[in-house]
Amino acid sequence: MGQHKNEVINMKNISKVYNMGSNDFVALEDVNLSINKGEYVAIVGPSGAGKSTLMNIIGCLDTPTNGEYTLDGLNTKCSDSKLAEIRNCKIGFIFQNYNLLPKLNVLENVELPLLYLGLGSKKVREQALEALKRVGLETHLKHKPTELSGGQKQRVAIARALVTKPQIILADEPTGALDSKTGREVLDMIKELNKEGNTIVMITHDKEIAAEANRIITVKDGRITSDSWKEGEVAYEAD
Amino acid sequence: MKLTKLLKVALASVWSNKMRSFLTMLGIIIGISSVIVLVGMGEGTKKQISDQIEKLGTNLITVSITGNRTAAVTDEELKELKTKPGIKEIAPTLTQGNVNIKAGDKSDTTNLEASTPNYAEIRKIGVISGRFISQRDIDNRFKVAVIGTETATNIFSTTNVVGRTMYVNGIEFTIIGVLESQGSSAAGSSDDRIIIPLSTAQRLLKTTNIKTFYIEATSKDKVSEAMSYLQLFLNKKYKNDTRSYRVFDQTSLLETANATNESMTAMLGGIAAISLLVGGIGIMNIMLVSVVERTREIGIRKAIGAKRGIILLQFLIEAASISSLGGIIGVALGFLGAYGAEKFFKMTIVISNNIVLGAVLFSILVGIVFGIYPANKASKLNPIDALRFE
Repeated sequence: MGQHKNEVINMKNISKVYNMGSNDFVALEDVNLSINKGEYVAIVGPSGAGKSTLMNIIGCLDTPTNGEYTLDGLNTKCSDSKLAEIRNCKIGFIFQNYNLLPKLNVLENVELPLLYLGLGSKKVREQALEALKRVGLETHLKHKPTELSGGQKQRVAIARALVTKPQIILADEPTGALDSKTGREVLDMIKELNKEGNTIVMITHDKEIAAEANRIITVKDGRITSDSWKEGEVAYEAD
Repeated sequence: MKLTKLLKVALASVWSNKMRSFLTMLGIIIGISSVIVLVGMGEGTKKQISDQIEKLGTNLITVSITGNRTAAVTDEELKELKTKPGIKEIAPTLTQGNVNIKAGDKSDTTNLEASTPNYAEIRKIGVISGRFISQRDIDNRFKVAVIGTETATNIFSTTNVVGRTMYVNGIEFTIIGVLESQGSSAAGSSDDRIIIPLSTAQRLLKTTNIKTFYIEATSKDKVSEAMSYLQLFLNKKYKNDTRSYRVFDQTSLLETANATNESMTAMLGGIAAISLLVGGIGIMNIMLVSVVERTREIGIRKAIGAKRGIILLQFLIEAASISSLGGIIGVALGFLGAYGAEKFFKMTIVISNNIVLGAVLFSILVGIVFGIYPANKASKLNPIDALRFE
């Protein structure tokens, strides 16, 4: 019961089928998944296994063909604008290629989700500054993304993901475009965020990086093939 | 998200693509400035004509008897007509174009008008020096003339000519007055003419037939009353043959002139509006390109929580700010063009506040109308498709 109360993500029989001309392509089949508050989960699997599709559905960027997905107690079968709201305040995205808006400066990039949330400009500024301080970039407020290094860009993206205090932070190959040293820094930062109580879901194809997480979910051919906690204890094994 | 913030975002985007935004605006700039100048020209012409007509008096009725065999109006008939309600004065008139005038060794041709003393009041003519024709001149058939300033300058090289003599068709006349300048109209200069007593002219031109007379109504409001009595008289005299005469009153003349001008202005405005339409299509075209170019931006914005409406509004405001900026520049350019046309081509251009306001509002509208399709397209993009876009 207590565990249920802490549940952030609950997926029941989720499947995703893409219509490709005459034949359908099954990207996800019958996925059941439960993630609790404060977990650090890595989703691994070879490319084409369906982990990106899973991530898109978790992030409410895409909707499942079948099944039920409940995020923080909210059913995600809802209108486009409701989904936008969920993405805005429940999910923080960290992308492999940062996805910062090139024409906005660092501060404006981080402020944007708060503006979409509809906060007043004073509060927006305050919270954005706080998030940027958290990632150690309060000195680069007026810089454009193109003037930053890869590591700095990813830290801006982390600040943007954090700024609305979301339920989960979704990281899609967050170190994929970084060298190992800056990648390490970013991973450390994510780990720290997790220690502060944030729920992290990270997609990666790198076993080593996945080892950072406390729980590793393996996806293969659209199905979850293994789900293990760091301690080595296998909690769930799909057939 | 606040509207001011959205506006700022839109303007920043317009500014970051300066050259492209300017080229996109060009259609609107040309459209709006040509609307301003062309409609201003139309209005200017309208004002010029109505000023001229009003200067002649709005309670003036002109009657012309047409046809060589049509019976002329007699003095007695005019005297009787004058007693009718609404009619204040009647001036029978004879006119003759191309009369020869000569003074010293200079000669010229001009228009001759002959009438009675009340002609000055009815036609709103004043003299700057000397006097107008008097009843005594009429009674005695004096060979006296009142002369227009241009005519005076043509043959005397001065307008200080009262008391001097000239020859009209070979007969000697004494100049008793110089007319006030009235400027020129579409029908030619009203300062190039001479006016002599009616009785003198009847002898000079060997005719007693009065084919034209001017009626002054007691006031502007009485014009229609005077017209109806005039109509009765004419119907009786010409037995309902309306081809025998023509009647103009200034009000209807003014209306006709205005109607002509308005259709002219509408035509000019219409041509300019077509260029606005083309400008609008240009905006739509560029906005569509912009939506494709910014697919990724749209995807990012949607991923971090922008709703459809916000994206729609962002692109719509962008289109509207391009078009309204173009509109404002167009208005400024229009004023500049109008100033140039007045200064260098001596045109009268009247730019009303309404047309300026209308032009700016219309340009905003063009942006919104032609921005809707691309904005809607942008707002409907699927966030993952947009994020995957390279």
